[in-house]
Amino acid sequence: MIRTCLVALLSHWRRNPIQLFAYLAGLAIATGLWSGVQAINSEARASYDAAAATLGEGQFDRLIPRQGDAIAQETFVVLRRAGWLVSPVLDVTLNDVRVIGVDPVTSPTGLGGVTPPEGTSLFTTGPDTRLFANRNSARALGDLAQVIIDDTVAPGIAIGDIGAVQRLSGRNDLSTLVLLPEQPLVQPDLASIAPDLRLQPSQQVADVAQLTDSFHLNLTAFGLLSFAVGLFIVHSTIGLAFEQRRGMIRTIRSLGVPLRVLVGLIVVEMLALAAIGAVIGILLGYLMAALLLPDVAATLRGLYGAQVSGTLTLRPEWWLSGFLLAMLGTAFALAGRIWQVASMPLLASARPRAWVMSGAARFSAQAIVACVLLSAAAVLVIVAEGLILAFALLGCLLIGGALALPVIAARALAWIERGATRPIWQWFWADTRQQLPGLSLALMALLLAVAANVGVSTMVSSFRLTFVGFLDQRLAPELFVQAETPQESAALDAFLTREGIEALPLRSTPTQIEGQSVRLFGVRVGSTYRVSWVFLAERPQVWDDVADGAAVIVNEQLARRGNLWVGDMVEVAPTVTLPIAAVVGDYGNPQGQVVMSEALFETLHPDSYPGQYGIRTDDVTALRQRIADEVGIAKNAMIHQAAIKAASLEVFERTFTVTAALNVLTLGVAGFAILMSLLTLADLRVPQLAPVWAMGVTRRRLGGLELLRALGLAGLVFVFAIPLGLALAWVLLTLVNVEAFGWQLPMFLFPLEYLRLGAYALGAVTLAAAWPALRLIRTPPAALLKVFANER
Amino acid sequence: MNARLFFLLCLWPLAAMAQGFSGLGSEADAEFTNPAPDPAFNFPADHGPHPEYRIEWWYLTATLEDADGTPYGLQWTLFRTALAPGERDGWASPQIWFAHAAVTTPDTHLATERFARGGIGQAGVEAAPFRAWIDEWVLKGPDFDTLILTAQGPDFAYDMALTAQGPLVFHGQDGYSVKSAEGQASYYYSQPFFDITGTLTLPDGEVAVSGQAWLDREWSSQPLSETQTGWDWFSLSFDAGTKLMGFQLRQTDGTTFSSATWIAADGTTTPYADGAFTARPLGETQVAGRSLPTRWQVTLPERGVDVTVNAMNRDAWMDLSIHYWEGPVDITGSHTGRGYLEMTGYE
Repeated sequence: MIRTCLVALLSHWRRNPIQLFAYLAGLAIATGLWSGVQAINSEARASYDAAAATLGEGQFDRLIPRQGDAIAQETFVVLRRAGWLVSPVLDVTLNDVRVIGVDPVTSPTGLGGVTPPEGTSLFTTGPDTRLFANRNSARALGDLAQVIIDDTVAPGIAIGDIGAVQRLSGRNDLSTLVLLPEQPLVQPDLASIAPDLRLQPSQQVADVAQLTDSFHLNLTAFGLLSFAVGLFIVHSTIGLAFEQRRGMIRTIRSLGVPLRVLVGLIVVEMLALAAIGAVIGILLGYLMAALLLPDVAATLRGLYGAQVSGTLTLRPEWWLSGFLLAMLGTAFALAGRIWQVASMPLLASARPRAWVMSGAARFSAQAIVACVLLSAAAVLVIVAEGLILAFALLGCLLIGGALALPVIAARALAWIERGATRPIWQWFWADTRQQLPGLSLALMALLLAVAANVGVSTMVSSFRLTFVGFLDQRLAPELFVQAETPQESAALDAFLTREGIEALPLRSTPTQIEGQSVRLFGVRVGSTYRVSWVFLAERPQVWDDVADGAAVIVNEQLARRGNLWVGDMVEVAPTVTLPIAAVVGDYGNPQGQVVMSEALFETLHPDSYPGQYGIRTDDVTALRQRIADEVGIAKNAMIHQAAIKAASLEVFERTFTVTAALNVLTLGVAGFAILMSLLTLADLRVPQLAPVWAMGVTRRRLGGLELLRALGLAGLVFVFAIPLGLALAWVLLTLVNVEAFGWQLPMFLFPLEYLRLGAYALGAVTLAAAWPALRLIRTPPAALLKVFANER
Repeated sequence: MNARLFFLLCLWPLAAMAQGFSGLGSEADAEFTNPAPDPAFNFPADHGPHPEYRIEWWYLTATLEDADGTPYGLQWTLFRTALAPGERDGWASPQIWFAHAAVTTPDTHLATERFARGGIGQAGVEAAPFRAWIDEWVLKGPDFDTLILTAQGPDFAYDMALTAQGPLVFHGQDGYSVKSAEGQASYYYSQPFFDITGTLTLPDGEVAVSGQAWLDREWSSQPLSETQTGWDWFSLSFDAGTKLMGFQLRQTDGTTFSSATWIAADGTTTPYADGAFTARPLGETQVAGRSLPTRWQVTLPERGVDVTVNAMNRDAWMDLSIHYWEGPVDITGSHTGRGYLEMTGYE
């Protein structure tokens, strides 16, 4: 019996391969988008964890030099012999690989978690220079050193014994000293032992994982959105399959199959199919993630300096979560239908219309929920602080908007209907309104997709506009020259003064301000700064005050995190507290910055020298050649402004490649949802169309009207999606961005862009509606006639 | 003293720091120098390090008492272990140093450890004037008879002065100490006659103490025999002024290999070969999740010794990178006095 029943149930799919496809594809797309995004996230997180394990960053306090980048090795020994338990670290870059030397004997993390293979020692006591690194880093290092492949080492990093790294880099000093968590009872003051060092508490070391959290939350939100849209498809496909099988279910039950067995079989059948769909989805997700990961990795490197592996690993946390979510989503969609089957009277006639009509009763409840959610969004706009609440706001806004759509659409259609005078149009609008419940899920999916597109494209374009403007002011000098030593710096300064060329020397040092890790800059105030810098907020005579050493400029990141603004006082050194003269926008950098005059900087940090020069010139190539010839600075230490600009823009282009890809996918998925819903309704609606046909409206005309209806609804959705999308963009720009990146962006509107989007959406809907319309046109008159025969 | 270290260093690759020391396998490395019988010591140079040998230590234990008669124990050990024979400057040095310090009171046992690389000055030993150091811990003095001693951890510290009241004593055959029937051996001499006074800084405050200290010097390149699983070592100072150093190596077949040195009050020694010295557990204690014998019957019939050795604090577990038990003991029976007990291999 069970076997026969199962064969009967499965035969439905054989007769409706498109439904089978829709069911599998819906699940596959939902699972694919979700697990793809999760795969990217977990790959990145694994890389951060590896980096944290390798470097112990953020776990331990450190001693760092007050000036420069080096600590004498003797200082390490002096500290240890005074009872300061520290472990030396040498941090150098060789062939673009960050090579870190540690002392495994004193390091709190051993050799950064590296377990050397049997028979090899961490120590390199001889002349060999053994390092541990993953495959890619090993390749980059080439034959510079003997590299032992260890895939647990964070990407972009090689680790080895401090002696080996000193030999490799030709250095005999150290970069930092890690302070061990357990210190002895009695210690002399640090100042009396090593006055050149200062303590950097662990929590002030920027935690890469924390910095990038927001970026990943962004991705996750998009993944979830895509998943929701995919589940709409599953929901409507399951609905269709049940509607069409009502007759079959009735027959099977009439033949004596117990309800329990039947329900069990349906559950097994649907979940087995869902499992297949989910597996396909995981494969799709893997492909998508593998394609996008290099871009994501580049973005994270550019924005946060976080190294992320560019190769994907199959990790259970993402494929399992995708699979489970797909199964749960299916089970959820299935539960309602099963309940219907279970409670359906045994011999209830197949009255799909009645069921569809009853759906309208849900409208009022839906309207109430929508109102509640939108009100919650309004409240959150006022009170929301923090990324989680910002995303809660987004959620309320989107779901509330989506739920409100059918309610508003029904009102709008009723209003239009009243204006219609010809019977055919009156029927058209009334019929459209009646179809709303069946189409509402698909329309909501379309709304979400279009709104997300409007929102994100507004954000991206606003971002780009602001960023390009920012680059123009910040990268005003045509040539940037890096000075490696104080001698080089002095020689360059002398040359530029001699030649009367306007130069902008830049001194900088890391410091702590307002409990944040901040970079302090000393600038020579000149006409370039006065002309090109544009502030977010300023008081009069900004540059005069800065030049006099009477005020400083801070970037937006520091201002927002430290809750500072123009006029507030900021302690830039233990003895120096100055007012903020201006706040400057600073994009593409998570760190706080303080800008002060060159003279003041020199008083605070007398040993410093300008490490970078911005130079104004009309002939970059010639000047570059002359500096190389006359000052002796290598040409690769001189960068053309255009090159920096291009590199910076590249970072941002890549940042949103990922988002754009997800956007296109969601729109595609929404179009697919429309197609499936229309196909579902098409069969149900034959009994309604038959009388209209019988009254003389041709099948061609009916098909045309169907298409028109789809377009009309899509137009309605689009009109509704624009304000929703703009609200989304506003939240992203003013709330999410501040939390995620530390800066706020002005919002620009791009009507043409929206129109193009509208065209895409209408195009997708036209494509989706064309097929059902075509099928209607080709419905044999006999099928339409049969409606009247069966009605009896 | 501590053949135990032979043993510990065999276990070393399994310990937490294992990765770095995988060179220390169970087979003696041919490049290292091995101890040979009939040693001719050269002092003060031999108080200093012997980098041609694989392992070496400066091992000090003391039984102490405060003004109220409350007993304490103290340990200070500097170990040297070499990845390769010889010394080189800077990080290229193959020498690794590590040290243990502990204070035992009747109620608590505090222990801590330090690590260092050779070649950079963080740790080392110089023979004359004598100076052994790792980080801020030191054992130093103008010569080997007058020393000061300091060490500290997160929750304790000590600062002591030592004065030798007798000569150096040599174990085994004139300082050549055999550790197994197969002939594994080390160079081994001691200064067991130190008077020690100073201050213990404990969580409850400072305590002025004085007592007796015993300093062991031992070096070798040979690990224990593969059939030896652990080690029970006793340094006993009797109230009559005589002393007994005895150890037994436990073997996989249940038998033991023992060795002992009887030290007269004037420092003259009598070595005893395998079998003369016996140690039999009388009571076990659960310490750090293991069962350990903290009460022993110790005999050396040829000297009329039949005593019960009882741990002053049974919880003297050294919960460091290398795990072992080391603490002060009380002696009752045919002789009375105090001493130190060390037990390894009770994993």
